[in-house]
Amino acid sequence: MLELSMNILDITENSTRAGASLIRISVTEDRRDDILRIEITDDGEGMEPDIIKRALDPFYTSKKVRRVGLGLPLLSHAAKITDGRFTIESGKGTGTTVIADFKHSHIDRQPLGDMPGTMATMIAGNPRVDFVYTHLSDGRSYTLDTREVKKELEDVPIDHPKVIQFIKENIRNGLEEIGAGR
Amino acid sequence: MAKLKIEDLKKIKERVQGETALRAGTRRVKVTVHMGTCGIAAGAREVMDSLMNEIEESGVTDVVVATSGCMSLCSREPEVTIEILDQDPIVYEFMDQNKMRQVFKRHVLEGEIQTPFVLARAKRQN
Repeated sequence: MLELSMNILDITENSTRAGASLIRISVTEDRRDDILRIEITDDGEGMEPDIIKRALDPFYTSKKVRRVGLGLPLLSHAAKITDGRFTIESGKGTGTTVIADFKHSHIDRQPLGDMPGTMATMIAGNPRVDFVYTHLSDGRSYTLDTREVKKELEDVPIDHPKVIQFIKENIRNGLEEIGAGR
Repeated sequence: MAKLKIEDLKKIKERVQGETALRAGTRRVKVTVHMGTCGIAAGAREVMDSLMNEIEESGVTDVVVATSGCMSLCSREPEVTIEILDQDPIVYEFMDQNKMRQVFKRHVLEGEIQTPFVLARAKRQN
């Protein structure tokens, strides 16, 4: 993965496959404490304790089509090479939370990348799932809540091309306004 | 705090509701971009991006996009499946933004399969 946003897209695919109906994605940039934190929480089916332990093993996957599962190991590795941390919490029936901490200024920290494109892909690909994307940048915040968007849209589908374009534009402007990703 | 511009959303809603009334809600084509770890690492998100731009620019309303996981052909990612109503699905391999544009214009809009990029023809499930 070349960008952290690609990891985010990848991890949320796990959430949708686990049957999540609400996925919270939060990115926190604190340049004074030199931290970038990515937190993804879902209300999917969750994992049993023995599965959590194996989730970071690249040769473990819950899928049947192939024998490797690289999504979580890649994100964990990306965090660890920046002197960061990676944690995963989950319980059967209570959903899963993945937290990756990065050293913001570390030379090996991948750029955040295209968050507007990432969110647009997620929403267009999973119109029935709700997403709450919060981005904090040195105390300033941006939030996109698809539940709010859907309420406003009424019978217009959220994956309509015009709506997706609007969401992308909104995120791009919002992130610029709060000085995110610098 | 940056917020959603509700006014803009309202305008979009009104415009879209107008055009939705014209069509009968038919979904002629389904385009699936395979979005597994392998696909994403190989550039699937950029492919999806160019697909969504093409759909928006062309103004078609009968094409729906979807994402799916890996189907164990990781070395041929990014992969895109085109399902046109009453036709066998076509899986394209090694896609990029330019190929996606071409496939959208020629195959999705004009029905002409872009053979050089095809990985497989699947069996229709109905």
